[in-house]
Amino acid sequence: MSTSYQVLRGPEHFLPPAAASMGIRLPDPGQGHIHGKIVSEEEAMEAAARQFLSAKVPTIFPGPLVLWAWNEKAAHKATAVRHLYETLKASVTSTQQAMLIPMPDYRPKYPKINPEVEINPNHPNLTIWHNKIDACMFVGVHCHQANLSLKIIRGGTDCYTIAMCAQAGHEDAMLSFRDATAEKIMRLADWVKKLKGSVEPPK
Amino acid sequence: MSLERIKIAPEMYEIMPPEYQDLVKNATYGNENRGWKDIGTSKELIEEHSLCAGCPESMAFRYILASLPAPEDTVMVGSTGCTSLVFPHVGIHNIHSLFGNQNAIATGLKRALTVRFPGRIKDVVVLAGDGATVDIGLDMTLQAWFRQEKFTTICFDNELYANTGGQESGLMQKGFVAKMAPVGKTFEKVRLPEIARESGCHYVVNCTVSKPNLIEKVIKNAIHIAREIGPTYLQLYTPCILEIGKNSMEGLQEMRDSEKPTERFAYREYISDQAKELLTEMAAKEKERKAEAKRQLASVKA
Repeated sequence: MSTSYQVLRGPEHFLPPAAASMGIRLPDPGQGHIHGKIVSEEEAMEAAARQFLSAKVPTIFPGPLVLWAWNEKAAHKATAVRHLYETLKASVTSTQQAMLIPMPDYRPKYPKINPEVEINPNHPNLTIWHNKIDACMFVGVHCHQANLSLKIIRGGTDCYTIAMCAQAGHEDAMLSFRDATAEKIMRLADWVKKLKGSVEPPK
Repeated sequence: MSLERIKIAPEMYEIMPPEYQDLVKNATYGNENRGWKDIGTSKELIEEHSLCAGCPESMAFRYILASLPAPEDTVMVGSTGCTSLVFPHVGIHNIHSLFGNQNAIATGLKRALTVRFPGRIKDVVVLAGDGATVDIGLDMTLQAWFRQEKFTTICFDNELYANTGGQESGLMQKGFVAKMAPVGKTFEKVRLPEIARESGCHYVVNCTVSKPNLIEKVIKNAIHIAREIGPTYLQLYTPCILEIGKNSMEGLQEMRDSEKPTERFAYREYISDQAKELLTEMAAKEKERKAEAKRQLASVKA
Protein backbone atom coordinates (compact mmCIF):
# COMPACT_ATOMS: atom_id res chain seq x y z
CA MET A 1 0.00 0.00 0.00
CA SER A 2 1.45 3.38 -0.95
CA THR A 3 0.71 6.46 1.11
CA SER A 4 1.40 10.16 0.94
CA TYR A 5 1.17 10.46 4.73
CA GLN A 6 4.35 11.42 6.55
CA VAL A 7 5.05 11.20 10.27
CA LEU A 8 6.27 14.75 10.85
CA ARG A 9 6.82 17.09 13.78
CA GLY A 10 3.57 18.30 15.34
CA PRO A 11 1.52 19.78 16.64
CA GLU A 12 -0.54 17.75 14.22
CA HIS A 13 -3.87 18.13 15.95
CA PHE A 14 -5.65 16.98 19.06
CA LEU A 15 -6.07 13.37 17.96
CA PRO A 16 -3.52 12.53 15.27
CA PRO A 17 -4.27 9.31 13.40
CA ALA A 18 -2.30 6.17 14.22
CA ALA A 19 0.41 6.17 11.57
CA ALA A 20 -0.32 2.49 10.81
CA SER A 21 -3.87 3.42 9.84
CA MET A 22 -2.42 5.91 7.34
CA GLY A 23 -0.40 3.21 5.59
CA ILE A 24 2.94 3.66 7.34
CA ARG A 25 4.63 0.29 7.68
CA LEU A 26 7.33 -0.97 9.98
CA PRO A 27 10.94 -1.55 8.88
CA ASP A 28 12.35 -5.02 8.30
CA PRO A 29 15.45 -6.21 10.19
CA GLY A 30 18.46 -4.07 9.30
CA GLN A 31 16.26 -1.13 8.43
CA GLY A 32 14.76 1.88 10.16
CA HIS A 33 12.22 4.46 9.12
CA ILE A 34 12.38 8.23 8.85
CA HIS A 35 9.02 10.04 8.72
CA GLY A 36 7.51 6.74 7.60
CA LYS A 37 9.96 6.09 4.76
CA ILE A 38 11.96 2.89 5.07
CA VAL A 39 15.73 3.50 5.10
CA SER A 40 18.83 1.53 6.00
CA GLU A 41 19.73 1.37 9.66
CA GLU A 42 22.92 3.37 9.12
CA GLU A 43 20.97 6.15 7.43
CA ALA A 44 18.60 6.22 10.39
CA MET A 45 21.57 6.30 12.81
CA GLU A 46 23.06 9.32 11.08
CA ALA A 47 19.71 11.13 10.94
CA ALA A 48 19.03 10.46 14.63
CA ALA A 49 22.46 11.75 15.63
CA ARG A 50 21.90 14.90 13.54
CA GLN A 51 18.53 15.48 15.19
CA PHE A 52 20.11 15.19 18.63
CA LEU A 53 22.97 17.53 17.79
CA SER A 54 20.75 20.17 16.22
CA ALA A 55 18.22 20.27 19.06
CA LYS A 56 18.18 22.81 21.89
CA VAL A 57 17.17 20.22 24.47
CA PRO A 58 17.95 16.73 23.15
CA THR A 59 16.50 14.27 25.64
CA ILE A 60 16.54 10.53 26.23
CA PHE A 61 13.50 8.99 27.92
CA PRO A 62 14.47 5.56 29.31
CA GLY A 63 11.45 3.41 30.20
CA PRO A 64 10.92 0.60 32.71
CA LEU A 65 12.66 -2.00 30.55
CA VAL A 66 16.01 -0.27 31.03
CA LEU A 67 15.51 1.62 34.29
CA TRP A 68 14.88 -1.53 36.29
CA ALA A 69 17.52 -4.26 36.42
CA TRP A 70 15.15 -7.04 35.29
CA ASN A 71 18.02 -9.16 33.98
CA GLU A 72 21.55 -8.91 32.64
CA LYS A 73 20.40 -7.75 29.22
CA ALA A 74 18.45 -4.87 30.74
CA ALA A 75 21.46 -3.88 32.84
CA HIS A 76 23.67 -3.80 29.72
CA LYS A 77 21.15 -1.63 27.93
CA ALA A 78 21.04 0.75 30.88
CA THR A 79 24.82 1.08 30.67
CA ALA A 80 24.58 1.79 26.94
CA VAL A 81 21.84 4.39 27.44
CA ARG A 82 23.94 6.13 30.08
CA HIS A 83 26.90 6.08 27.67
CA LEU A 84 24.78 7.61 24.92
CA TYR A 85 23.63 10.35 27.29
CA GLU A 86 27.18 11.14 28.45
CA THR A 87 28.36 11.23 24.82
CA LEU A 88 25.51 13.52 23.89
CA LYS A 89 26.23 15.80 26.84
CA ALA A 90 29.86 16.02 25.81
CA SER A 91 28.99 16.66 22.16
CA VAL A 92 26.53 19.55 22.42
CA THR A 93 27.42 23.21 22.72
CA SER A 94 26.87 25.41 25.77
CA THR A 95 23.61 26.70 24.30
CA GLN A 96 22.17 23.19 24.24
CA GLN A 97 21.12 21.05 27.19
CA ALA A 98 21.09 17.28 26.97
CA MET A 99 18.69 15.59 29.38
CA LEU A 100 17.99 12.09 30.66
CA ILE A 101 14.47 11.88 32.12
CA PRO A 102 13.05 8.58 33.36
CA MET A 103 9.66 6.97 32.77
CA PRO A 104 9.75 4.64 35.81
CA ASP A 105 6.32 3.11 35.24
CA TYR A 106 3.01 3.72 33.50
CA ARG A 107 0.78 4.76 36.41
CA PRO A 108 -1.32 7.78 35.44
CA LYS A 109 -0.26 9.62 38.62
CA TYR A 110 -3.23 11.89 38.90
CA PRO A 111 -3.62 14.65 39.89
CA LYS A 112 -0.11 15.64 38.82
CA ILE A 113 3.41 14.54 38.01
CA ASN A 114 6.61 16.45 38.49
CA PRO A 115 7.68 17.19 34.89
CA GLU A 116 11.14 18.24 36.01
CA VAL A 117 12.09 14.75 37.14
CA GLU A 118 9.96 12.31 35.18
CA ILE A 119 7.79 11.66 32.16
CA ASN A 120 4.52 9.78 32.22
CA PRO A 121 3.12 8.03 29.14
CA ASN A 122 -0.38 9.32 29.82
CA HIS A 123 0.61 12.97 29.52
CA PRO A 124 4.14 13.13 28.08
CA ASN A 125 3.42 16.59 26.65
CA LEU A 126 3.69 18.08 30.18
CA THR A 127 7.33 17.06 30.53
CA ILE A 128 8.11 18.16 26.98
CA TRP A 129 6.47 21.54 27.39
CA HIS A 130 8.00 22.17 30.81
CA ASN A 131 11.57 21.42 29.74
CA LYS A 132 11.15 22.83 26.20
CA ILE A 133 12.35 19.53 24.74
CA ASP A 134 12.63 19.63 20.95
CA ALA A 135 14.09 16.17 20.22
CA CYS A 136 13.64 13.01 22.25
CA MET A 137 14.34 9.32 22.11
CA PHE A 138 12.25 6.60 23.75
CA VAL A 139 14.10 3.48 24.82
CA GLY A 140 12.87 0.61 26.97
CA VAL A 141 9.20 1.56 26.86
CA HIS A 142 6.64 -1.19 26.25
CA CYS A 143 5.06 -1.01 22.77
CA HIS A 144 1.55 0.08 23.67
CA GLN A 145 2.66 2.85 26.04
CA ALA A 146 5.29 4.07 23.58
CA ASN A 147 2.76 4.32 20.77
CA LEU A 148 0.31 6.13 23.03
CA SER A 149 2.97 8.65 24.11
CA LEU A 150 4.37 9.14 20.62
CA LYS A 151 0.91 9.99 19.34
CA ILE A 152 0.25 12.43 22.17
CA ILE A 153 3.60 14.13 21.54
CA ARG A 154 2.95 14.34 17.81
CA GLY A 155 -0.52 15.71 18.48
CA GLY A 156 0.34 18.44 20.96
CA THR A 157 4.01 19.41 20.68
CA ASP A 158 6.65 20.21 18.06
CA CYS A 159 9.14 17.73 19.54
CA TYR A 160 10.98 15.39 17.17
CA THR A 161 10.51 11.77 18.31
CA ILE A 162 12.93 8.89 17.91
CA ALA A 163 12.13 5.33 19.00
CA MET A 164 14.91 2.89 19.88
CA CYS A 165 12.61 -0.10 19.85
CA ALA A 166 13.57 -3.62 20.96
CA GLN A 167 10.82 -5.17 18.84
CA ALA A 168 9.62 -4.25 15.34
CA GLY A 169 9.82 -0.44 15.54
CA HIS A 170 7.23 2.32 15.98
CA GLU A 171 5.28 3.85 13.11
CA ASP A 172 4.20 6.71 15.33
CA ALA A 173 7.75 7.96 15.89
CA MET A 174 9.31 10.30 13.36
CA LEU A 175 12.36 8.09 13.26
CA SER A 176 12.47 4.51 14.45
CA PHE A 177 14.99 1.74 14.91
CA ARG A 178 14.08 -1.87 15.55
CA ASP A 179 15.68 -4.82 17.39
CA ALA A 180 17.48 -2.48 19.77
CA THR A 181 20.43 -3.93 21.65
CA ALA A 182 23.10 -2.42 23.87
CA GLU A 183 25.48 -2.55 20.89
CA LYS A 184 23.04 -0.64 18.69
CA ILE A 185 22.67 2.09 21.30
CA MET A 186 26.48 2.29 21.53
CA ARG A 187 26.62 2.64 17.73
CA LEU A 188 24.27 5.60 17.94
CA ALA A 189 26.62 7.12 20.53
CA ASP A 190 29.47 6.59 18.06
CA TRP A 191 27.48 8.45 15.39
CA VAL A 192 26.91 11.35 17.79
CA LYS A 193 30.64 11.48 18.52
CA LYS A 194 31.48 11.25 14.82
CA LEU A 195 29.17 14.13 13.86
CA LYS A 196 30.15 16.32 16.82
CA GLY A 197 31.02 19.79 15.54
CA SER A 198 29.75 19.14 12.02
CA VAL A 199 26.07 19.86 12.75
CA GLU A 200 24.98 23.45 13.12
CA PRO A 201 23.71 24.03 16.66
CA PRO A 202 20.32 25.71 17.12
CA LYS A 203 20.16 29.50 17.20
CA MET B 1 7.01 -8.68 39.41
CA SER B 2 9.21 -10.51 41.84
CA LEU B 3 11.66 -9.42 44.48
CA GLU B 4 14.76 -9.57 42.31
CA ARG B 5 13.02 -7.34 39.80
CA ILE B 6 12.56 -4.47 42.21
CA LYS B 7 16.08 -3.22 41.60
CA ILE B 8 17.04 -0.05 39.78
CA ALA B 9 19.78 -0.34 37.15
CA PRO B 10 22.83 1.22 38.88
CA GLU B 11 23.48 3.70 36.03
CA MET B 12 19.93 4.99 36.33
CA TYR B 13 19.67 5.18 40.10
CA GLU B 14 20.43 8.88 40.50
CA ILE B 15 17.91 9.99 37.88
CA MET B 16 15.03 8.02 39.38
CA PRO B 17 12.50 10.19 41.28
CA PRO B 18 13.12 9.97 45.04
CA GLU B 19 9.91 8.06 45.77
CA TYR B 20 11.12 5.16 43.61
CA GLN B 21 14.51 5.11 45.34
CA ASP B 22 12.63 5.10 48.64
CA LEU B 23 10.36 2.29 47.45
CA VAL B 24 13.38 0.11 46.66
CA LYS B 25 15.27 0.96 49.85
CA ASN B 26 12.55 1.21 52.47
CA ALA B 27 9.44 -0.68 51.37
CA THR B 28 8.61 -4.03 52.95
CA TYR B 29 8.63 -6.23 49.85
CA GLY B 30 9.83 -9.69 50.81
CA ASN B 31 9.46 -9.15 54.56
CA GLU B 32 7.57 -12.12 56.01
CA ASN B 33 6.60 -10.15 59.09
CA ARG B 34 5.17 -7.14 57.30
CA GLY B 35 2.02 -5.69 58.79
CA TRP B 36 0.21 -2.51 59.76
CA LYS B 37 2.88 -1.62 62.32
CA ASP B 38 5.25 -0.84 59.44
CA ILE B 39 3.11 2.19 58.66
CA GLY B 40 5.12 5.27 59.54
CA THR B 41 8.45 3.47 59.77
CA SER B 42 8.85 2.14 56.24
CA LYS B 43 7.87 3.24 52.75
CA GLU B 44 4.21 2.51 52.26
CA LEU B 45 2.79 1.10 49.05
CA ILE B 46 0.25 3.91 49.07
CA GLU B 47 0.99 7.42 50.25
CA GLU B 48 -0.59 10.18 48.26
CA HIS B 49 -4.13 9.49 47.12
CA SER B 50 -6.99 11.39 45.63
CA LEU B 51 -9.72 10.49 48.12
CA CYS B 52 -11.48 13.09 50.26
CA ALA B 53 -9.73 14.31 53.41
CA GLY B 54 -10.49 11.94 56.28
CA CYS B 55 -12.01 9.23 54.07
CA PRO B 56 -12.03 5.89 55.94
CA GLU B 57 -11.37 4.18 52.62
CA SER B 58 -7.86 5.65 52.66
CA MET B 59 -7.25 4.08 56.09
CA ALA B 60 -8.55 0.78 54.79
CA PHE B 61 -6.23 0.95 51.77
CA ARG B 62 -3.23 1.62 53.97
CA TYR B 63 -3.96 -1.25 56.35
CA ILE B 64 -4.69 -3.70 53.53
CA LEU B 65 -1.60 -2.86 51.51
CA ALA B 66 0.55 -3.06 54.63
CA SER B 67 -0.91 -6.49 55.44
CA LEU B 68 -0.66 -8.31 52.10
CA PRO B 69 1.59 -11.33 52.70
CA ALA B 70 3.52 -10.99 49.41
CA PRO B 71 2.92 -7.65 47.68
CA GLU B 72 5.63 -8.35 45.10
CA ASP B 73 3.63 -11.38 43.94
CA THR B 74 0.14 -9.91 44.27
CA VAL B 75 -2.12 -8.49 41.59
CA MET B 76 -5.15 -6.51 42.68
CA VAL B 77 -8.26 -6.12 40.56
CA GLY B 78 -10.37 -3.01 41.02
CA SER B 79 -13.54 -1.65 39.55
CA THR B 80 -15.28 1.65 38.98
CA GLY B 81 -15.81 3.69 42.12
CA CYS B 82 -13.83 5.65 44.69
CA THR B 83 -11.30 2.79 44.89
CA SER B 84 -10.41 3.30 41.24
CA LEU B 85 -9.14 6.78 42.14
CA VAL B 86 -6.56 5.21 44.43
CA PHE B 87 -5.24 2.31 42.35
CA PRO B 88 -3.16 4.51 40.02
CA HIS B 89 -1.08 5.50 43.05
CA VAL B 90 -0.33 2.13 44.62
CA GLY B 91 2.99 0.30 44.39
CA ILE B 92 1.34 -3.01 43.47
CA HIS B 93 0.34 -4.44 40.12
CA ASN B 94 -3.33 -3.80 39.53
CA ILE B 95 -5.97 -4.06 36.84
CA HIS B 96 -8.98 -1.81 36.46
CA SER B 97 -11.94 -3.84 35.21
CA LEU B 98 -15.15 -2.82 33.54
CA PHE B 99 -17.75 -1.89 36.20
CA GLY B 100 -18.86 -5.09 37.91
CA ASN B 101 -16.56 -7.42 35.99
CA GLN B 102 -13.85 -7.63 38.65
CA ASN B 103 -14.44 -11.22 39.76
CA ALA B 104 -14.55 -12.47 36.17
CA ILE B 105 -11.28 -10.67 35.39
CA ALA B 106 -9.72 -12.04 38.59
CA THR B 107 -10.78 -15.56 37.62
CA GLY B 108 -8.95 -15.44 34.30
CA LEU B 109 -5.99 -13.71 35.85
CA LYS B 110 -5.57 -16.20 38.67
CA ARG B 111 -5.80 -19.13 36.27
CA ALA B 112 -3.34 -17.55 33.83
CA LEU B 113 -0.85 -16.75 36.60
CA THR B 114 -1.07 -20.34 37.86
CA VAL B 115 -0.17 -21.65 34.38
CA ARG B 116 2.48 -19.01 33.70
CA PHE B 117 4.24 -19.32 37.10
CA PRO B 118 3.74 -22.95 38.15
CA GLY B 119 6.35 -22.93 40.90
CA ARG B 120 5.36 -19.67 42.44
CA ILE B 121 2.47 -18.41 44.55
CA LYS B 122 0.68 -15.48 42.94
CA ASP B 123 -2.10 -13.89 44.95
CA VAL B 124 -5.05 -12.20 43.29
CA VAL B 125 -7.13 -9.83 45.40
CA VAL B 126 -10.30 -8.15 44.21
CA LEU B 127 -11.09 -4.83 45.84
CA ALA B 128 -14.26 -3.05 44.78
CA GLY B 129 -17.08 -0.99 46.19
CA ASP B 130 -20.56 -2.21 47.07
CA GLY B 131 -22.02 -1.08 43.74
CA ALA B 132 -19.54 -3.19 41.79
CA THR B 133 -19.69 -6.17 44.16
CA VAL B 134 -23.36 -6.41 45.05
CA ASP B 135 -25.36 -4.58 42.38
CA ILE B 136 -23.75 -4.34 38.97
CA GLY B 137 -21.29 -7.21 39.48
CA LEU B 138 -23.33 -9.59 41.62
CA ASP B 139 -23.48 -12.18 38.84
CA MET B 140 -19.70 -12.23 38.43
CA THR B 141 -19.14 -12.17 42.20
CA LEU B 142 -21.38 -15.18 42.84
CA GLN B 143 -20.26 -17.20 39.82
CA ALA B 144 -16.63 -16.91 40.92
CA TRP B 145 -17.58 -18.22 44.37
CA PHE B 146 -19.68 -21.06 42.92
CA ARG B 147 -16.69 -22.11 40.81
CA GLN B 148 -14.46 -22.07 43.91
CA GLU B 149 -11.97 -19.65 42.35
CA LYS B 150 -8.93 -19.24 44.56
CA PHE B 151 -8.82 -15.53 45.24
CA THR B 152 -10.01 -13.05 47.85
CA THR B 153 -12.86 -10.62 47.26
CA ILE B 154 -12.89 -7.47 49.39
CA CYS B 155 -15.91 -5.18 49.31
CA PHE B 156 -15.51 -1.63 50.58
CA ASP B 157 -19.05 -1.16 51.79
CA ASN B 158 -20.01 2.51 52.09
CA GLU B 159 -23.68 1.67 51.68
CA LEU B 160 -24.29 3.81 48.58
CA TYR B 161 -22.83 5.00 45.29
CA ALA B 162 -20.53 7.64 46.74
CA ASN B 163 -18.58 9.19 43.93
CA THR B 164 -21.61 9.77 41.73
CA GLY B 165 -23.44 11.74 44.39
CA GLY B 166 -25.21 9.25 46.66
CA GLN B 167 -27.53 6.85 44.85
CA GLU B 168 -29.11 3.85 46.55
CA SER B 169 -27.16 0.59 46.55
CA GLY B 170 -28.12 -2.93 47.56
CA LEU B 171 -25.98 -2.64 50.68
CA MET B 172 -27.64 0.59 51.82
CA GLN B 173 -29.62 0.17 55.06
CA LYS B 174 -33.40 0.15 54.91
CA GLY B 175 -34.95 3.58 55.29
CA PHE B 176 -31.76 5.53 54.58
CA VAL B 177 -32.32 8.77 52.65
CA ALA B 178 -29.44 9.78 50.39
CA LYS B 179 -28.94 12.87 48.25
CA MET B 180 -29.99 11.03 45.13
CA ALA B 181 -32.38 8.62 46.85
CA PRO B 182 -34.82 11.06 48.50
CA VAL B 183 -37.63 8.59 49.11
CA GLY B 184 -35.51 6.36 51.35
CA LYS B 185 -34.59 2.74 50.77
CA THR B 186 -37.57 0.45 50.93
CA PHE B 187 -35.93 -2.95 51.38
CA GLU B 188 -33.32 -4.46 53.71
CA LYS B 189 -29.57 -4.32 53.25
CA VAL B 190 -28.55 -7.33 51.12
CA ARG B 191 -27.07 -10.01 53.37
CA LEU B 192 -24.00 -10.65 51.27
CA PRO B 193 -21.84 -12.23 54.01
CA GLU B 194 -24.52 -14.91 54.45
CA ILE B 195 -24.85 -15.28 50.68
CA ALA B 196 -21.06 -15.63 50.44
CA ARG B 197 -21.09 -18.43 52.99
CA GLU B 198 -23.86 -20.29 51.15
CA SER B 199 -22.11 -19.70 47.81
CA GLY B 200 -18.99 -21.55 48.90
CA CYS B 201 -16.68 -18.97 50.45
CA HIS B 202 -14.40 -20.59 53.02
CA TYR B 203 -13.74 -17.46 55.04
CA VAL B 204 -16.18 -14.59 55.40
CA VAL B 205 -15.79 -11.54 57.62
CA ASN B 206 -18.05 -8.53 58.10
CA CYS B 207 -16.47 -5.67 60.06
CA THR B 208 -15.32 -2.04 59.99
CA VAL B 209 -11.75 -0.84 59.44
CA SER B 210 -11.46 0.88 62.82
CA LYS B 211 -8.91 -1.63 64.17
CA PRO B 212 -5.74 -2.05 62.09
CA ASN B 213 -4.59 -5.21 63.89
CA LEU B 214 -7.92 -6.87 63.15
CA ILE B 215 -7.72 -5.88 59.48
CA GLU B 216 -4.20 -7.29 59.27
CA LYS B 217 -5.39 -10.59 60.72
CA VAL B 218 -8.41 -10.96 58.45
CA ILE B 219 -6.48 -9.96 55.31
CA LYS B 220 -3.75 -12.49 56.00
CA ASN B 221 -6.25 -15.23 56.84
CA ALA B 222 -8.34 -14.49 53.75
CA ILE B 223 -5.37 -14.56 51.40
CA HIS B 224 -3.79 -17.70 52.83
CA ILE B 225 -7.11 -19.56 52.76
CA ALA B 226 -7.75 -18.41 49.18
CA ARG B 227 -4.31 -19.66 48.13
CA GLU B 228 -4.81 -23.14 49.53
CA ILE B 229 -8.54 -23.84 49.62
CA GLY B 230 -10.94 -21.55 47.77
CA PRO B 231 -12.75 -18.21 47.66
CA THR B 232 -12.82 -15.82 50.62
CA TYR B 233 -14.86 -12.68 51.17
CA LEU B 234 -14.36 -9.61 53.36
CA GLN B 235 -17.01 -6.92 53.71
CA LEU B 236 -15.44 -3.84 55.27
CA TYR B 237 -17.41 -0.79 56.31
CA THR B 238 -15.72 2.32 54.91
CA PRO B 239 -18.38 5.03 55.41
CA CYS B 240 -18.56 7.90 52.98
CA ILE B 241 -18.39 10.80 55.40
CA LEU B 242 -19.65 13.28 52.82
CA GLU B 243 -22.74 11.32 51.91
CA ILE B 244 -23.79 10.62 55.49
CA GLY B 245 -23.30 14.21 56.60
CA LYS B 246 -20.16 13.82 58.72
CA ASN B 247 -16.98 15.85 58.64
CA SER B 248 -13.40 14.73 58.06
CA MET B 249 -12.67 13.88 61.68
CA GLU B 250 -15.74 11.76 62.26
CA GLY B 251 -15.06 8.71 60.07
CA LEU B 252 -13.41 6.67 62.82
CA GLN B 253 -16.18 7.35 65.34
CA GLU B 254 -18.80 6.44 62.74
CA MET B 255 -17.11 3.05 62.30
CA ARG B 256 -16.85 2.52 66.06
CA ASP B 257 -20.52 3.33 66.47
CA SER B 258 -21.45 0.91 63.69
CA GLU B 259 -19.53 -2.06 65.09
CA LYS B 260 -21.28 -2.23 68.47
CA PRO B 261 -22.76 -5.69 69.17
CA THR B 262 -26.27 -4.81 68.04
CA GLU B 263 -25.20 -2.82 64.99
CA ARG B 264 -24.97 -3.94 61.37
CA PHE B 265 -21.15 -4.07 61.35
CA ALA B 266 -20.68 -6.00 64.59
CA TYR B 267 -17.81 -8.40 63.89
CA ARG B 268 -19.12 -11.53 62.19
CA GLU B 269 -16.95 -14.32 60.89
CA TYR B 270 -17.52 -17.63 59.16
CA ILE B 271 -14.71 -20.17 58.68
CA SER B 272 -15.23 -23.51 56.94
CA ASP B 273 -13.88 -26.65 58.62
CA GLN B 274 -11.17 -26.98 55.98
CA ALA B 275 -10.13 -23.39 56.54
CA LYS B 276 -10.12 -23.86 60.31
CA GLU B 277 -7.67 -26.75 59.90
CA LEU B 278 -5.43 -24.62 57.73
CA LEU B 279 -5.45 -21.73 60.20
CA THR B 280 -4.59 -24.11 63.06
CA GLU B 281 -1.68 -25.52 61.06
CA MET B 282 -0.49 -22.04 60.18
CA ALA B 283 -0.68 -20.93 63.80
CA ALA B 284 1.38 -23.94 64.90
CA LYS B 285 4.01 -23.23 62.23
CA GLU B 286 4.15 -19.58 63.21
CA LYS B 287 4.63 -20.53 66.85
CA GLU B 288 7.45 -22.87 65.88
CA ARG B 289 9.06 -20.20 63.69
CA LYS B 290 9.00 -17.68 66.54
CA ALA B 291 10.39 -20.22 69.00
CA GLU B 292 13.19 -21.04 66.57
CA ALA B 293 13.99 -17.35 66.12
CA LYS B 294 14.11 -16.96 69.90
CA ARG B 295 16.44 -19.96 70.23
CA GLN B 296 18.75 -18.56 67.56
CA LEU B 297 18.79 -15.17 69.25
CA ALA B 298 19.63 -16.79 72.58
CA SER B 299 22.48 -18.79 71.02
CA VAL B 300 23.92 -15.66 69.41
CA LYS B 301 23.82 -13.86 72.75
CA ALA B 302 25.49 -16.80 74.48
